[in-house]
Amino acid sequence: MPEGINVKPILGEPVLKAEDLTVRFKRRNTDVAAVNGVSFALRAGETMTILGESGSGKSVSLKALMGLLPPYAQIQGKVWLNGRDMLTMPKAELGKLRGGAISMIFQEPMAALDPVYTIGEQISETIVQHEGISYTDAMKRALGLLEQVKIPSAERRLKNFPHEMSGGMRQRAMIALALACSPSVLLADEPTTALDVTVQIQILLLLRQLQEELGMAIVFVTHDVGAAAEISDRIAVMYAGRFVESGTVREIMKSPKHPYTQGLLSSTVHGGLRGRVLETIPGSPPNLAELPPGCAFAPRCRHVTDGCRSGIIPVITSDSGAMVRCVRATETVTA
Amino acid sequence: MLVFAFRRLLQAIPILLGVTLVVFGLVHIVPGNPIDMLMPPEASPEIIAQMKAAFGFDKPLYVQYFLWLFRALQGDFGLSVFNATPVWGQLIAALGNTFILAILAAMVGFSLGIGFGMISALYHGRWPDKLFSALATTGVSLPHYWCAIVLVLAFAVMNDFLPAQGMGDDAEPLYNRLQYLVLPVVTLSLIPMGVIGRLVRATVLEILGQDFVGALSAKGLTRWPVIRHICKNAAPPVLALMGLQFGYLLGGSILVETVYNWPGSGNLLNLAIFRRDIPILQATILVLATFFVLLNLLVDIAQAAIDPRIRR
Repeated sequence: MPEGINVKPILGEPVLKAEDLTVRFKRRNTDVAAVNGVSFALRAGETMTILGESGSGKSVSLKALMGLLPPYAQIQGKVWLNGRDMLTMPKAELGKLRGGAISMIFQEPMAALDPVYTIGEQISETIVQHEGISYTDAMKRALGLLEQVKIPSAERRLKNFPHEMSGGMRQRAMIALALACSPSVLLADEPTTALDVTVQIQILLLLRQLQEELGMAIVFVTHDVGAAAEISDRIAVMYAGRFVESGTVREIMKSPKHPYTQGLLSSTVHGGLRGRVLETIPGSPPNLAELPPGCAFAPRCRHVTDGCRSGIIPVITSDSGAMVRCVRATETVTA
Repeated sequence: MLVFAFRRLLQAIPILLGVTLVVFGLVHIVPGNPIDMLMPPEASPEIIAQMKAAFGFDKPLYVQYFLWLFRALQGDFGLSVFNATPVWGQLIAALGNTFILAILAAMVGFSLGIGFGMISALYHGRWPDKLFSALATTGVSLPHYWCAIVLVLAFAVMNDFLPAQGMGDDAEPLYNRLQYLVLPVVTLSLIPMGVIGRLVRATVLEILGQDFVGALSAKGLTRWPVIRHICKNAAPPVLALMGLQFGYLLGGSILVETVYNWPGSGNLLNLAIFRRDIPILQATILVLATFFVLLNLLVDIAQAAIDPRIRR
């Protein structure tokens, strides 16, 4: 049985659905439980943000979806893309989906682009791989894609190497690359984290606009509450490899129920808090190799009770589909 | 790119001039005078002086240098002190013989090294890695001349599979003459195989750890296109080392050519040193050094052609 974390699909068939996704890194002396039962469903045109600190397992979840983890990672659970289970399909089949129906953009576009090939070459090689069209035609498509992501003088930029572009331009090129074969799902792994604030906004707006044009679903991973609020339809807050709370942007931002979500929001700098003391969450995230029983957030939680440290933490789902995993959720709602 | 190549070419000129100075200087620092070695002990001082004048050894060093440089630029390296034949002819013959060995040893050593290194890196930590890493380490660790002697013992003395030394003569059929190549080529290819294998392994492992390799799989590329990307990224440092190694091979290993009695440039150098044959010594070192500089120039240009970040 999946561990009950479910963001209910409201309309239509989900394009991407994960059920009880679990990732463990088992090596000789260590057993790291990086992702511990993540479930969600995402429909076309929808954006879900996975929000969490570094090491909470959000990037690992994305990489597990794409099959990009090293061989010693043990992945369990089910992931359906357009109804097909991605985790059990043969590698060759998965290769056809990656960069095709599902594609990914990365935190550091400089590191994620091959430094010795031009942007045009890198985009068109993807198109050639997936659609088998000629290289010249693929180059023409690449030009169109660069124009679509609003790169100025795209014709010239096609022949640029990654190091000849600015950070924002590179991320645009990365997005163009990801969109090359019209994916139905785009996985965005902290795509704005490495960028200047002004450029961050541009990239977020671009992603939103492209989503409207192309109708794809986006899984957006970030630790930036502002970016999450800006782009998401729904937010899932991740802590120690689990979703501790999820719901619509409004639900999460206006009435966070889990103490961790509350802490995350109140430790974020924004205008509404001017004059008030910024709060911090004491302590640091737990060691994923030695997760405590019960609630993983208990050692840092100020509402902690005896019930938190043992047993199974109940998952409370509201009628709207919002979910929270907390013993005291019913109390903190009213608090 | 053309501008870059031209600039590097210009930069090579002062380096080459420096090389001529070092070559000339070094040879004259070495004690011992070729004329003293040639002349019988009872030769009269007049005759010795006459001989010195004939070879130009009586002039001040800087005059000797400029005279030598001026002639060398025209391809005239003078006569051998030992047998009074033109240096150029002997040098070309020896270099040609070494070339044959160097090119074959480079082909064998580089391709094995690249193959071993790639397999080691792609199977990192598993048995192919351990096997090929061990082979590469063995390659760099075994002394040349020791290998040469062991190979001769094993394949020429204890078993009569292959000729022990020399390069055969023109009258023999091609197949027989090829047999003379086997042992020296195997011996010479060991070190290039080892160093290239180790560098390829380290470089490819470093590249595999970079994000873009994961991103290549994320965009759906299959195994071989990904390996193509890895190769292009790994090429610059590997090319640099191949340039150096090929330079060493061209220099001809004195020890290996001596063991196999191969009439190459290493052998020629060895003889010239013992005979204090200054014109041969100077010409050989100069030509080899020039090859070395040109080779590295080529490598620089090739690197810049592959990796645009080097073109600055």
